[in-house]
Amino acid sequence: MDLLRLATAGSVDDGKSTLIGRMLYDSKSIFTDQLEAIERTSRDRGDDYTDLALLTDGLRAEREQGITIDVAYRYFATPKRKFIVADTPGHIQYTRNMVTGASTADVGIVLADARKGLIEQSRRHAFLVSLLQVPHLVLAVNKMDLVDWSEEVYESIRAEFVEFASKLQISDLTVIPMSALKGDNVVERSANMPWYQGAPLLHHLENVHIASDRNLVDVRFPVQYVIRPHQNRNQDYRGYAGQVAGGVLKAGDEVVVLPSGLGTRIAGIETADGPVEEAFAPMSVVLRLEDDLDVSRGDMICRPNNRPSVSQDIDAMVCWMGDSPLVPGQKLAIKHTTRTARTLVKELQYELNINTLHRNLEAVDLRLNEIGRVRLRTTSPLMADEYRRNRATGGFVLIDEATNATVGAGMIVGAE
Amino acid sequence: MKPAAGEEKDPMARTERSPRYSLSHLKTLEAEAIFIIREVAAELERPALMFSGGKDSIVMLELARRAFAPARIPFPVLHIDTGHNFDEVLEHRDREVKRLGLTLVVGSVQEAIDRGVVREEPNGSRNRIQTAVLLETAEKHGFTALLGGARRDEEKARAKERVFSFRDEFGQWDPKSQRPEVWGLYNTRVHVGESIRVFPISNWTELDIWSYIEQENIEVPSLYYSRRRPVFRRNGMLFAVHRFCQPRPSEEVFEADVRYRTMGDATLTAAVTSDAATPAQVREEVAGTRLTERGATRGDDQVSEAAMEDRKKEGYF
Repeated sequence: MDLLRLATAGSVDDGKSTLIGRMLYDSKSIFTDQLEAIERTSRDRGDDYTDLALLTDGLRAEREQGITIDVAYRYFATPKRKFIVADTPGHIQYTRNMVTGASTADVGIVLADARKGLIEQSRRHAFLVSLLQVPHLVLAVNKMDLVDWSEEVYESIRAEFVEFASKLQISDLTVIPMSALKGDNVVERSANMPWYQGAPLLHHLENVHIASDRNLVDVRFPVQYVIRPHQNRNQDYRGYAGQVAGGVLKAGDEVVVLPSGLGTRIAGIETADGPVEEAFAPMSVVLRLEDDLDVSRGDMICRPNNRPSVSQDIDAMVCWMGDSPLVPGQKLAIKHTTRTARTLVKELQYELNINTLHRNLEAVDLRLNEIGRVRLRTTSPLMADEYRRNRATGGFVLIDEATNATVGAGMIVGAE
Repeated sequence: MKPAAGEEKDPMARTERSPRYSLSHLKTLEAEAIFIIREVAAELERPALMFSGGKDSIVMLELARRAFAPARIPFPVLHIDTGHNFDEVLEHRDREVKRLGLTLVVGSVQEAIDRGVVREEPNGSRNRIQTAVLLETAEKHGFTALLGGARRDEEKARAKERVFSFRDEFGQWDPKSQRPEVWGLYNTRVHVGESIRVFPISNWTELDIWSYIEQENIEVPSLYYSRRRPVFRRNGMLFAVHRFCQPRPSEEVFEADVRYRTMGDATLTAAVTSDAATPAQVREEVAGTRLTERGATRGDDQVSEAAMEDRKKEGYF
């Protein structure tokens, strides 16, 4: 059984919470006492039906106001897969939450209301899924029951979306007509839409091929922690612990350590279960090297003929998450893989309107939830890959050193 | 940034479809937890691992062992002793601490009651008052980061809590000002006086915990396994008779096959009817259960729907 991370974005109106509630309910992942609690709340509020959205609204303010304000994580499993759902609110003021949810997702689900067709929000969500390089996108055309299960309505939404998606970097798109409320094409195939030949959502999620989404070509091992036992029986042991960020490492492989560029070979790959022949993402392992080099946290181990850029000048798309705006000239801390440095915001090249994709070259700052292209100069070199080639070595966060808040999420476009 | 000569242009092009390079969901969760634990050791000055002897903290301890092997776990273990512990849980704790060569720090709720720092609650539960003892003990020892075994599937407020959860100087959680956790890039910075709670097994479910205990052959107290035990019924739940849990005259004692799903305050933790006597049987039972573990066994979590959110805001784990 493997693990699939799913991100959904949308507001209550789209039926997103109903969809998640439906998946949890139909996969028997809702417990009786949870159901009783939300039934009680629905009844007390005078609702006509049990509001499955209450399952995902965890905080008191959310329940009281009937809104979702934060990323909630949900878990369910079928015999084929375990699923982690990052459930995020859909309004533009929660873009940072959506970015957070999508950052690690294998599949992004964008909801559209069949009655309304594609609205600004659906396009914005699809854009964020593509910006964050979520490998698989599902457009769920929901509330088909309210358009009489019309193939024509579905087909026009599908065609419009496919046309829009062709402008984005989306490698795998699936469109599914459904009714989350009635359960059509969520877990069970819909009897109301015999014209739809594809699989229901859950079947698709169980079978979408994700193993090849990871980069198994470019060897990247950010050193996280140096293990030195200081024990008599392991006096000379020195291991470099970390989580593989790309490629396949093998004992005996020739490697270089960046930024120093010193070369050696992998003497062994260790885990608590004993040595392993190979390591690949996302395994957490310990590497032993043949030569006694000066290697520390923040260094990157890779293959001699396949290296990331080692650079202090970074071009990136940044989603701003801070309450006060990003402005050129600002100094921030930057955390990229296991390396932390300081950075100067050299230039804001443009702000990207995430609804229209229009580039505003006149922008002077980047405000909360805005996305723009910036050029950064860092105090020490980063071992950078393009984000679209490797999410783990192409992403970074920006930290305000005065407040310690995480104020930005960046995706590297280039480094030189 | 350009691919080296001879390399594929498309990073996915040479990817094999064989299961050789795929990781099971348990090993993926393990790798994530180990990464988080190492991140704490690398970036935070004085961490400690909360250990209660319950199954989640036993799994946490095992993950910490794996994160640093063959070296020892580079931080102490902290136990808040409610004074209402199952004997076997304490024995297990002491055995593990010795086996792994760890330092154990104990904060005693009984002692805090005796000093008048906290007062016993009317229902006798020490779950809530242990918060004050936790904060005091952490401060006394200068622990700035506490690793805990909380899981997001346990409760709705926890579902929205970050892996790195910040607490102000009173240990309070503010759900509205949480840091975004993008990719695996955790911002671990704290101001003087603030502290962090870190939950490396946030993404595990009760079923994952049991699957892992089974797969990795991890020893847990035998209270987790079914045995014929003398029990009595109270508030619709079954309580096993032991040192801290005695029937009232009106409560009839009978024998039943029961096990514990959680190890909370021993005076209030109920047992569940079960035939599951091995890790595999417990895993199967958990896979089919229709009640959350807290709903089934914790008298003190049933008070209100927002009970956990309120306790967390006060500094509860």
